Amino acid sequence: MKISLKWLKDYVDISLAPQELAERLTMAGLEVKGIQTIGGTWDNVVIGEVIALNPHPNADRLKLAIVDLGTEQVSTVCGAPNIGLGQRVTFARIGARLIDPHTGGITVLKPTEIRGIVSEGMVCSERELGISDRHEGILVLSPEVPVGTPLSAYLGDVIFDLDVTPNRPDCLSVIGIAREIAALTNEPLNLFPNQYVELEDSIDSLATVNIVDSDLCPRYCASLITGIKITSSPSWLQQRLNSYGMRPINNVVDVTNYVMLEYGQPLHAFDYHKLKDRRIIVRRAGRSETITTLDGSKRTLNPDILVIADREEAIAVAGIMGGLDSEVTDKTEAILLESANFNQATIQRGCSYLQVQSEASIRFDKGLNTELPLVPLKRATQILLELAGGRAAKSIIDVYPGKSEPKTVLLSAGEVKRLSGLKIKINGILKVLKSLGFECQEGYSGSQISVSVPYWRSDVKCSADLVEEVIRVIGYERIPITRLSSPLPQQKSKLSPPAKQSNLKEKLQNILTGFGFQEILTYSLVSLEKLQRLSPKTELKAPVLKVANPMTREQEYLRNSLRAGLLATLAHNQKFEQAGIRLFEIGKVFLPLGKDLPEEKEMLCAVLSGPRAELSWQTKNDLLDFFDAKGIVERILNQLGLKANFNIGDDEILFSGRGADIIVNDDKVGTVGEVHPRVAQAFELSNTICLIEIDLVKLSSMITWTEEYQSIPRFPSVARDIALLVDEQVVYQTVENIIRSFPLATKVTLFDLYRGKQIAEGKKSFAIRIVYQSPSRTLTDEEVDQTQEQMLARLHQELGATLRD
Amino acid sequence: MLEQLKDLHTQALEELNKVENPRELELWRIRHLGKKSSLTRVLRSLAALPLEERRKKGAQANEIKKSLESSLEEKEKSLQEPLSPSPMDPRRLDVTLPGRPIPAGRLHPTVQILNEICDIFKNMGFQVIEGPDVEWDYYNFEALNIPQHHPARDMFATLWIDAGMGGKARLLRTHTSPMQIRLMERERPPIRAIVPGRAYRYEATDATHESMFYQVEGLAVDKGITMGDLKGTLFDFCQCLFGEERKVRFRCDYFPFVEPGVEVAIGCSACDGAGCRLCSYSGWLEILGAGMVHPDVLTRVNIDPKIYSGFAFGLGVERIPMLRYGIDDIRYFYNNDLRFLKQF
Repeated sequence: MKISLKWLKDYVDISLAPQELAERLTMAGLEVKGIQTIGGTWDNVVIGEVIALNPHPNADRLKLAIVDLGTEQVSTVCGAPNIGLGQRVTFARIGARLIDPHTGGITVLKPTEIRGIVSEGMVCSERELGISDRHEGILVLSPEVPVGTPLSAYLGDVIFDLDVTPNRPDCLSVIGIAREIAALTNEPLNLFPNQYVELEDSIDSLATVNIVDSDLCPRYCASLITGIKITSSPSWLQQRLNSYGMRPINNVVDVTNYVMLEYGQPLHAFDYHKLKDRRIIVRRAGRSETITTLDGSKRTLNPDILVIADREEAIAVAGIMGGLDSEVTDKTEAILLESANFNQATIQRGCSYLQVQSEASIRFDKGLNTELPLVPLKRATQILLELAGGRAAKSIIDVYPGKSEPKTVLLSAGEVKRLSGLKIKINGILKVLKSLGFECQEGYSGSQISVSVPYWRSDVKCSADLVEEVIRVIGYERIPITRLSSPLPQQKSKLSPPAKQSNLKEKLQNILTGFGFQEILTYSLVSLEKLQRLSPKTELKAPVLKVANPMTREQEYLRNSLRAGLLATLAHNQKFEQAGIRLFEIGKVFLPLGKDLPEEKEMLCAVLSGPRAELSWQTKNDLLDFFDAKGIVERILNQLGLKANFNIGDDEILFSGRGADIIVNDDKVGTVGEVHPRVAQAFELSNTICLIEIDLVKLSSMITWTEEYQSIPRFPSVARDIALLVDEQVVYQTVENIIRSFPLATKVTLFDLYRGKQIAEGKKSFAIRIVYQSPSRTLTDEEVDQTQEQMLARLHQELGATLRD
Repeated sequence: MLEQLKDLHTQALEELNKVENPRELELWRIRHLGKKSSLTRVLRSLAALPLEERRKKGAQANEIKKSLESSLEEKEKSLQEPLSPSPMDPRRLDVTLPGRPIPAGRLHPTVQILNEICDIFKNMGFQVIEGPDVEWDYYNFEALNIPQHHPARDMFATLWIDAGMGGKARLLRTHTSPMQIRLMERERPPIRAIVPGRAYRYEATDATHESMFYQVEGLAVDKGITMGDLKGTLFDFCQCLFGEERKVRFRCDYFPFVEPGVEVAIGCSACDGAGCRLCSYSGWLEILGAGMVHPDVLTRVNIDPKIYSGFAFGLGVERIPMLRYGIDDIRYFYNNDLRFLKQF
């Protein structure tokens, strides 16, 4: 909200510099986001009168003007179409700093000759002065302005840009801010008296107001003026509206806007003679009822929308926009002035249904107080009588079905101390609250005071609210810095499921970054298209949760796996990175549970692709493959004290025959394998992509750390290498399982796999190193030979394996 | 016997000549000077000889033994590495050749800063807990004093799962504050916890706005907790994170679920308070929203606000690395371009 310092000074004496005032307001909760000085550059601009106007001898469109500046008369060449004799204009002398209307930059005015005539300066437009964007003609001021006045003294101002928080709708007005400043600077607030003479008949004989839906309209006040004259507003009023970016229209509309800015209460003027039956009815709109609003558009309403109607039809959408038919025009002779309170939610719904917002609706939307309408109505009526003449009807209509009692809140100095930690004497508290307009009664059981909340502070409801009022005026900086001294909560066991899971997460992050994996964090929301790409058949099998109001198609569905995020990130980075890429994410996936909140499950997903080693003078350029991925999985599980089996997997994202399920304790905890080429293609990926996925919830439940430790072997070991020839369809694990079934074989390492010319077709050769060791004695060669013979016999018998010669 | 001794000596010296390394030398020592060596055997057999002969042969045998021992010592010395290899020694390396590359893995910058934040609060006795990203309207809004149509709802543009269903509507939490309620429903004071996590907004993204971001929520509730404690806790936090020179400012602000409300700002890192584009010429950078837990919120979770009080705070996580490293576009964080991520 923008606010003029000059205007504020109408209500409160301000001696602080703008910067200091901004600081005080900010600290007290009204953040000043910007300070704009108007006229800061107008050193050489004065107000003058055009006393002579002659055609330019050498140019049809230009004129020669003589401008009286009071102390001197100057001549200038002017091309503005709207220049006229006797006008008060702004005259920039040589050396004045003006805004170049074409570039927007600041230029210094130099002496010029235009078509042979010397110009001693120039008459300015609003844009050249930086007041507004208007540049069609020169700025013409009101004839009351004294000639010779520096423009900065007349139009100069400081505009504060305030960020008003939603709890303070009272500060969306000049008086609201002035009241804050008065309290913060310890100055009185000066309001104008709202008295006027009522010459017309009683308003009750001239108009009636009937609220049908009082739940949506707690109060409706109206005044009436006859014999009014519609003109344009005086320049001071136009100027103030201008400084708020509002365009002056006519005296009646301008006054309603002016008072709205002043008090925050929207007002609306109806052409009294256009009210059928002189009657105002506040009711819900009929089904498909229509109205043409002030902006000229015809709108279809519904019963959720509140309208102001006369006997026949809607004449305004309550609190949002007036109707075109009842609008004040040049011909209007009498007006009915509305100052009412409408239900906040109704205004909100109406605005979103009609897709419209107005200065009035923005204010109602924030929730205005039902006590507010009366004073602004009187203020507007009084100004209108001064500016537009006419006769005010006797009295005011005030239909007030929603009247509520003023609130009282109890407060004690002890409570201020208890919440803030700052000890303030009761007198200090009283002084602050009174300056903000709270009425306080002392003596309630000693230290307690009874505080009656003024109507404009509907946000104050409990003692904590009052504590804030007191300390924000006194200053948060006065609150001492102390450290928590309350007892610590009971520390939950490190082994509770969530703690275990976060331990696991940290461990995995360490392991994976140690192996060269970059951690990434991808969006929880993904597109339908990406989810579909995860299946080679582009089908969406598992259910996903959809956002009802997505911002973009890219972020429409809650991810049910981390896969899409990782593959898309990999694809993005493959464009720039020639080296191998290893990525992982640990994050939540969302599994729908009907109408309930979804299950949020922590998962790990990793992808790897490209050369295994970075390009270097020593290393080979092999590509990362399934066994790199599997090695990572084995290492992770090993470090967690778990052992996995790998069964052939059927996850459809993996290329058939090149993926495995990770089985721990007979339960599948994840998947590892090569991504299906179709999926890779759909994500525009190159190279072989390997993917690891592990369910962290399952995994963390399996970690027990109860495995007993093994003492360091005291007896020497014996290593033997064998080369086994087996049929192609024999899988390695079965070989190893048989070897390991002999307790003396403590370590089994496959160190070569051979297929080729030197052995028969359909066969492969495993070269295996077996380490034999006993915990209780030194093994003899005979013992080892014997064991190995039995082992080979079983391998032959069960798998048809033979020793390769 | 004398011949035998001579042969032993000659053979031993010949073998010693061929020894090339300390391991071979040790084997040589065992063979020729060890307990089972021929020389030892000869020396032992002397005992059976008559005295005169024993003396003569004994002296010879001992001489041979001494000679072999001194040869061993000499050989030992000669086998020692030179103090420095000669310039032409092929064992010299070109140490300027690049090392074998080790793939570098890093934590995401958000995770790094989250760890840093959590560590600071853990040291102050705060427990770290987490909560759901998909929430009920009740926890995200209503229980935090933001009923339907409350003007403060404008502060939170919401992504809905179920549009327009009141308290039982599901949404993507717009802040981590719902965990204040869930935590207080579950635990009784003393409570001291922080909640890191994701939050979401219905927002068009630009350099300073993201539809998804991380927050850390904090909550401390017990008897006698004051705003002074809030200031102390957050003052310490800011100085731990930004350095002890950094100014910290507490000003009045509004959040529906706290009263009094506080905004915490630190002195601008770019201009040191003089005013610049980064701090919108205010000299201050907003870091945290905070305040004393609203009595209505406490009442709602059956904690008596007349007996207990507490403070809560919420912190935007990405802003911190953005300030620290001068990152000018928040969208970098979750686009996951390695050229960005590898810098942290």
